[in-house]
Amino acid sequence: MNFLDQIWLIPLFPLFGALLMLLAGKLLDPQPVSDVAVAPDVGAGGREPGAGEHLHSPLKFLISILCPGMVLLSFLFSVGAVWQLSQTAQRVHQVVQFTWLAGLPFHMANGQLATFQADWGFLLDPLSSVMILVVTGVGFLIHVYSIGYMAHDNGYYRFFGYLNLFVFFMLMLVLANNYMLLFVGWEGVGLCSYLLIGFYFHKKSAADAGKKAFIVNRVGDAGFILGMLLMMSVLGTVRFTDVNALLRGPHFTPEVAGFGVLSAMGLLMFFGATGKSAQIPLYIWLPDAMEGPTPVSALIHAATMVTAGVYMVARSSALYQLTPRTSMVVAVVGALTAILAATIALVQNDIKRVLAYSTVSQLGYMFLALGVGAYWVAIFHLFTHAFFKALLFLCSGSVIHAMGGEQDMRRMGALKDKIPTTHWTMWVGSVAIAGIPFLAGFFSKDEILWQAYSSPLGSKLLWFVGLATAGLTAFYMWRLMNMTFYGRSHVTPEVQKHVHESPSSMTVPLTLLAIGSVLAGWLGTPRLWNLPEGFRAFERWLAPVFASRAVEAAGEGAHDASLEWLLMTLSVAVAIIGIAVARYFYHTRPSIPDSIERSCKPLYTVLYNKWYVDEIYDFLFVNGLGKGGGRVCGAFDRNVVDGGVNGAGWLTRFTSRVSIWWDTWIIDGAVRFGSFCVKMLSYPVCILETGRVQAYAFFVVVGALAFLGYYIAR
Amino acid sequence: MLTDINTILFYVFAALVLGGGILTITRRNAVHSAISLIVSLLGVAGLFLLQQAEFLFAVQIMLYVGGIMLLFLFVIMLVNLDRAAHQRQFNKQWLVALAAVAAVGACVGFFLYRGKDAFHFPESVAGLPPSLGNTEALADSLFSEYLLPFEIASVLLLVAVVGSVVMAKKRI
Amino acid sequence: MHPITTFHYLVLSAALLLIGTVGVLTRRNVVIILMSIELILNAVNINLIAFSHALQNVNGQIFVIFVITDAVAEAAVGLGILIALFRNKETVQADEMDLLKW
Repeated sequence: MNFLDQIWLIPLFPLFGALLMLLAGKLLDPQPVSDVAVAPDVGAGGREPGAGEHLHSPLKFLISILCPGMVLLSFLFSVGAVWQLSQTAQRVHQVVQFTWLAGLPFHMANGQLATFQADWGFLLDPLSSVMILVVTGVGFLIHVYSIGYMAHDNGYYRFFGYLNLFVFFMLMLVLANNYMLLFVGWEGVGLCSYLLIGFYFHKKSAADAGKKAFIVNRVGDAGFILGMLLMMSVLGTVRFTDVNALLRGPHFTPEVAGFGVLSAMGLLMFFGATGKSAQIPLYIWLPDAMEGPTPVSALIHAATMVTAGVYMVARSSALYQLTPRTSMVVAVVGALTAILAATIALVQNDIKRVLAYSTVSQLGYMFLALGVGAYWVAIFHLFTHAFFKALLFLCSGSVIHAMGGEQDMRRMGALKDKIPTTHWTMWVGSVAIAGIPFLAGFFSKDEILWQAYSSPLGSKLLWFVGLATAGLTAFYMWRLMNMTFYGRSHVTPEVQKHVHESPSSMTVPLTLLAIGSVLAGWLGTPRLWNLPEGFRAFERWLAPVFASRAVEAAGEGAHDASLEWLLMTLSVAVAIIGIAVARYFYHTRPSIPDSIERSCKPLYTVLYNKWYVDEIYDFLFVNGLGKGGGRVCGAFDRNVVDGGVNGAGWLTRFTSRVSIWWDTWIIDGAVRFGSFCVKMLSYPVCILETGRVQAYAFFVVVGALAFLGYYIAR
Repeated sequence: MLTDINTILFYVFAALVLGGGILTITRRNAVHSAISLIVSLLGVAGLFLLQQAEFLFAVQIMLYVGGIMLLFLFVIMLVNLDRAAHQRQFNKQWLVALAAVAAVGACVGFFLYRGKDAFHFPESVAGLPPSLGNTEALADSLFSEYLLPFEIASVLLLVAVVGSVVMAKKRI
Repeated sequence: MHPITTFHYLVLSAALLLIGTVGVLTRRNVVIILMSIELILNAVNINLIAFSHALQNVNGQIFVIFVITDAVAEAAVGLGILIALFRNKETVQADEMDLLKW
């Protein structure tokens, strides 16, 4: 079977699952849609009366089989397609289904004539192959996990429908062969994120979080659209292969001095990426997104959706290779975000919040790598991060499930023996993220730090920020571990009775992800270690995608081996120090954190309140631009617009008064003057008309007299 | 004095005419006015006779005095003029009217005086032989040369009859 | 005594005419006015007869016949109008009949 030609099927399987849930889900699982959607005495076949809780439905298992099954099918097709791709010579396969959007010819910025066209086409190359494997693989494991996690929740079919829909859109995003179709997926995953974050829509905080996520994403999307339109204007096409060919061709030179059109393009699209991938300034939605169910946090906000921005920037590598200033902006933003999020994560008490800020921080690492030109390293970190972050989220979900819904770490502790599988898988994930050697996180994070130090676009300052963040990462992860699993138990008695291990539908994915967290890193070992070529397969696999004249010109560069060993040792040392300090603070001497908190109360308050960024945005944008703008616009509308209308009305009335005056006094006056003249002139004549006949006879005599007088005078 | 009976008769009739006329226009009582007018008309009839217009003398008496003045008297009796007799007789414009008429009279007198020598006509004009009497001469001319005006006059009289009947009816 | 010539008759006719005119213009009573109009017509008749006799022409007398005819008609209609007016306004004073005043 030629999987390569059937790659259009890969997104379609989960879409089919989503549509099936939409149309027939209620039949399979006739429960109330959510915890509040319960009518008092609704009764249909097979229900207990007065039900307000979970109802048993015989066909529910179909949902459990169908939806994860669709993702599994996508995964298998992906594996087949990637395998067949690896057999081809040029490692690029494009399948165009049909022309989706066709436009009229237009003039580009340099005067050439171009026709806008976006097709419904799929591109399978090394980069998208990595992405589809990650999305479908991790997605499948999370679907299986959700079978156990969401078993007792209402809206089972709705959840799986949304989850499948999300996988469909994500696959559209990574398989698209042009920016327009990528944007379709981009918007779609934003939509599904909204739907899934607000899954418990009866909770106001969840509904608000969903809205916040969608709106902040939209702000970023504005930048993305502008960048895409600029690209159309400058390059005349949005298809990846054409864009890369043009940018890597002879017409475009790197913009080393100042900002040009290409820099603007890059910055705009990066702004879109900050929205989707939660970087400064648009990261504020990700912590609030923890209102959604934990599998949602794992899939969307750890492994896949938030990595869409990283994927997009990596896909536009040709553009960023030509604009070193923009790349520096990307790197700086990434580094700043990494350390900012890490500082906030130090003092959070909700277990999911810590992991959310950790995600933001790790995404910062990925953008740092993209900014310094190490594109394959960023994708590599994305790959390993998917494993251990999804693992960490699912473990935290397991902990929350065991604790019966409790999420505050201050009320956990000494859970190690009660939930052993969860414990050791979470331990593996924490070690991986901390950057301890031989696990996945070490290889990717270390490579990022080395590239930040040594790349022509990097700097020592960036490396130092990355190092500090690594230390903080290790610290807060082990703070989490200590507070949750070790030490004294702060668990309340009624919860204590409830604590139990999760079902196998939840623990098996945890185990698989833990194994992945250990093994995934070995695909990208450093050149320094001189391992066989197979252990650097990741870089070789992705190299054709990012190859350009600049990269070839730069060549390998002189590797100072001892410097690299030194930096590697430093990063490991920082990680170990972080773990040790955390253990000291939270296990050996639990009183120290409280005393530090008391002594540095202002700093603690600032960190606890997330550097007040939400409040600042609220003040500036929500109240300032939003409400203030509303007031200004209202005042403008009332005074200027309505004033104009009122003024026009006043002018009309005034004009009419003038007209009335004119008509009354001038026009009518002329007429009346005429009649007045006639009256005045006729007055003497009127006097003669007495009505008395004798007067008239008198005038006859007078006339005769005049007649006679004339003849006398003659 | 007695040089010519024509002269005496002329002056007598002239006095009747003028005196009757003046009395007509100055009497308060309408009947007195009418009687005065009759006297004046009789004087005029006499003057007609002096000018050898015998037919018209008869017509004047019969028609004017016997017809019109009778009609006047009937109307005076019909219309109650007692109240009018006690009111003012002359209107407001009597002075200016008098002045205007006097001026006209002066003009007419002036013209008459200037042309008084033009009114001397030859005594005898070759015309009708005196054997033809006045009435015959009138009839001769009236029914041959002036037939059309004669007929029209009869139509006029018819119109006058109808008109006066209509005007005087109580309800048309 | 000088003989009576046409001139005397003309003077008499002019005088009677003027008397009649004064009566028309001056008297308020409509009946008197109508009588004054008869005076004027008679003055004209005298004039015509005088000339007819002076010129030995019968045309003047024929004219007088017609004048008398006219006078008759006019007196009849005039008196009829007077009766109609009196019926409507209860007065025979010419001053008071000024409905056609402006």
